Amino acid sequence: MERSIYQGTADYLVSEDLRNAVNIAMALGRPLLIKGEPGTGKTMLARSIAEGLGMPLIIWNIKSTTKAQEGLYVYDTVQRLYDSQFGDRDVSDIRQYIRLGKLGEAFVSEKQAVLLIDEIDKADLEFPNDLLWELDIMNFYIPETGETISARHRPVVVITSNAEKELPDAFLRRCIFHYISFPDEEMMANIVRVHHPNLESNLLAEALKAFYWIRSLPGLLKKPSTSELLDWVQALVVGGIHPDRVTAEIPFLGVLLKKNQDFDQVLRRLHSPGGLQRQTGWPGNVRSGIRN
Amino acid sequence: MFTGFFYTLRDEKVPVTPTEWMTLMEALDRGLAGASLSGFYYLARAVLVKSEAYYDRFDLAFRRYFDGIETSEKLAGQVAKWLENSLPPLKVDPSGRIPFSDWSLEDLKKQLEERLAEQKEEHHGGSRWIGTGGTSPFGHSGYHPAGLRIGGQSVNRSAVKVAAERRYRDFRNDDTLNTRQFEVALRKLRQLSRNDEKPPDMLNLDKTIDATCRKGGMLELVWDRPRKNTVKVILMMDSGGSMNPYARLCSQLFQAASKVNHFKDIKFYYFHNCVYDRLFNDPFCLVKNSVRTIDVLRDLDSSYRLIMVGDASMAPSELLMVGGALDWGVENDEPGESWLRRLAGHFTHSVWLNPIPEYMWPPVGERSYDTIGIIRGIFPMFELTVEGLERAVAKLKVSK
Repeated sequence: MERSIYQGTADYLVSEDLRNAVNIAMALGRPLLIKGEPGTGKTMLARSIAEGLGMPLIIWNIKSTTKAQEGLYVYDTVQRLYDSQFGDRDVSDIRQYIRLGKLGEAFVSEKQAVLLIDEIDKADLEFPNDLLWELDIMNFYIPETGETISARHRPVVVITSNAEKELPDAFLRRCIFHYISFPDEEMMANIVRVHHPNLESNLLAEALKAFYWIRSLPGLLKKPSTSELLDWVQALVVGGIHPDRVTAEIPFLGVLLKKNQDFDQVLRRLHSPGGLQRQTGWPGNVRSGIRN
Repeated sequence: MFTGFFYTLRDEKVPVTPTEWMTLMEALDRGLAGASLSGFYYLARAVLVKSEAYYDRFDLAFRRYFDGIETSEKLAGQVAKWLENSLPPLKVDPSGRIPFSDWSLEDLKKQLEERLAEQKEEHHGGSRWIGTGGTSPFGHSGYHPAGLRIGGQSVNRSAVKVAAERRYRDFRNDDTLNTRQFEVALRKLRQLSRNDEKPPDMLNLDKTIDATCRKGGMLELVWDRPRKNTVKVILMMDSGGSMNPYARLCSQLFQAASKVNHFKDIKFYYFHNCVYDRLFNDPFCLVKNSVRTIDVLRDLDSSYRLIMVGDASMAPSELLMVGGALDWGVENDEPGESWLRRLAGHFTHSVWLNPIPEYMWPPVGERSYDTIGIIRGIFPMFELTVEGLERAVAKLKVSK
């Protein structure tokens, strides 16, 4: 069977190894498990795959109360009880009270779909195990109606995790895994340019310098991530900040940092000798980064 | 094929299973690695490694197994000239692919060297000489199931070099850790409460409604077993001078333990080098703010999980002699060792976390030159790292 190959899309820069991982997962028909720091575009990946390959995207947001069963189907017994009491509808046809969940939707989709199971680690520990069979065999049985729902096309399953909980081994064994590491300055410059194509290169360089300086500070409670950088650059542009001022005073710091202690720490460091301004021998390469 | 690599991975403690290995073989059969080592590197990593914590070990294993198999710079330089005038890339009909079965990198390397010695000029196409296009194992833009690529368009940096950089060293889970990682590790203590055999006395509203509706309106009550966490924890931390280098680490553990609010109860106590007849309520270890150890033992039942944190390093007299306590005013009638044994005996689940790396510890029971050896004999001791804490938590789940 001819398979389409994912190449990335215009508004989502994808690293070589991530692209490989996506294509490997699609070719093997395995779920792709994506981990990484917040703000590295885990959720955006599924969107980009769907767009790049022209497939519909189905998003299943996981919360702490989500049960695996809800992804398959829900039998709305309360509605049926109401109907039976008021006699509005013929309640003997159970099928009308069965609603397919997101996984069910992906199975019956006319075209091959991309199913994003977002933040799977939010759910109960057993949640991933409860889905093993359905993700492997790609069908499930509805005892109420005696129907079996099988996948017309095996959906491309993308699962994201923030490592809040360990995932069960049996589940991991079946996944293709990729860790999105934090982009290095070069990659980050490209990412910012995708979102702000007309940005002055001077301003961008200074903003990145300040951004990676903040990230390199030890003991931050919450390091600023890509999405915060993008917001901050937006703020700098709207505020008409001159590039020289960016590293000297880091305006709109509140856009980057969300914790009081972090805020104080950065200000203290900024105004101390050896702060960002006075630093010579700037460490241009940050250790974590995306390989090209 | 590459079965040695499987064992190298296991050797580096990457948890690879045969299931995943078979998946990798399937992927190789389908040609998903391309014909390059870099392709194989990413494919193998995606299929075999399931946590960034193992990326570094994977890199180490990869380097160990594949080191030296890529063409040397010099070799590449010699043939680079021949390859400059190249043929268009060879299109290979997938059905014509020979399955990767019997090739060895050693043989290939040897062949390449021999071929290099014989070959005096450019060759393109064909199936034997080093050149572009064609199906010889050597050169670029051609196809050979197990070819060595020499020069040509470099999509990736050398996989072995990439592996050798060890870019994922920071993610190793045997490194010392931060508050958040501590929290995640401590949360695992929750699983303890899942098997609790309590009577089903909690009304499950959702299931009751559901069951009632299924019965057409006849009330059907559904009861659950309560799944509260019953784990109670005591954290005792050494705040002695030798612990100063680890102060930050210990404060992170303290923060994590106080943040993880799923324990039924958690108590914090401090001691100075060793536990004697008093435990302290704060790290300053002043007698006026202390409790009698014997009271603690009486008040807290044995189901509390005891986590001791300390370097377990002190003068042997502090541990073994009556009156050996370091501080004035603390005149212990009993040696510290007795108190430690008393604690370990009282609490059925106990561990000792030591910030000193494990390889520096003397063996269990070694009494001659270091107190760590003695204390290891009393408490199961673990390194204060993510992995150590995970092992300690696992230990705390089963009574000794």
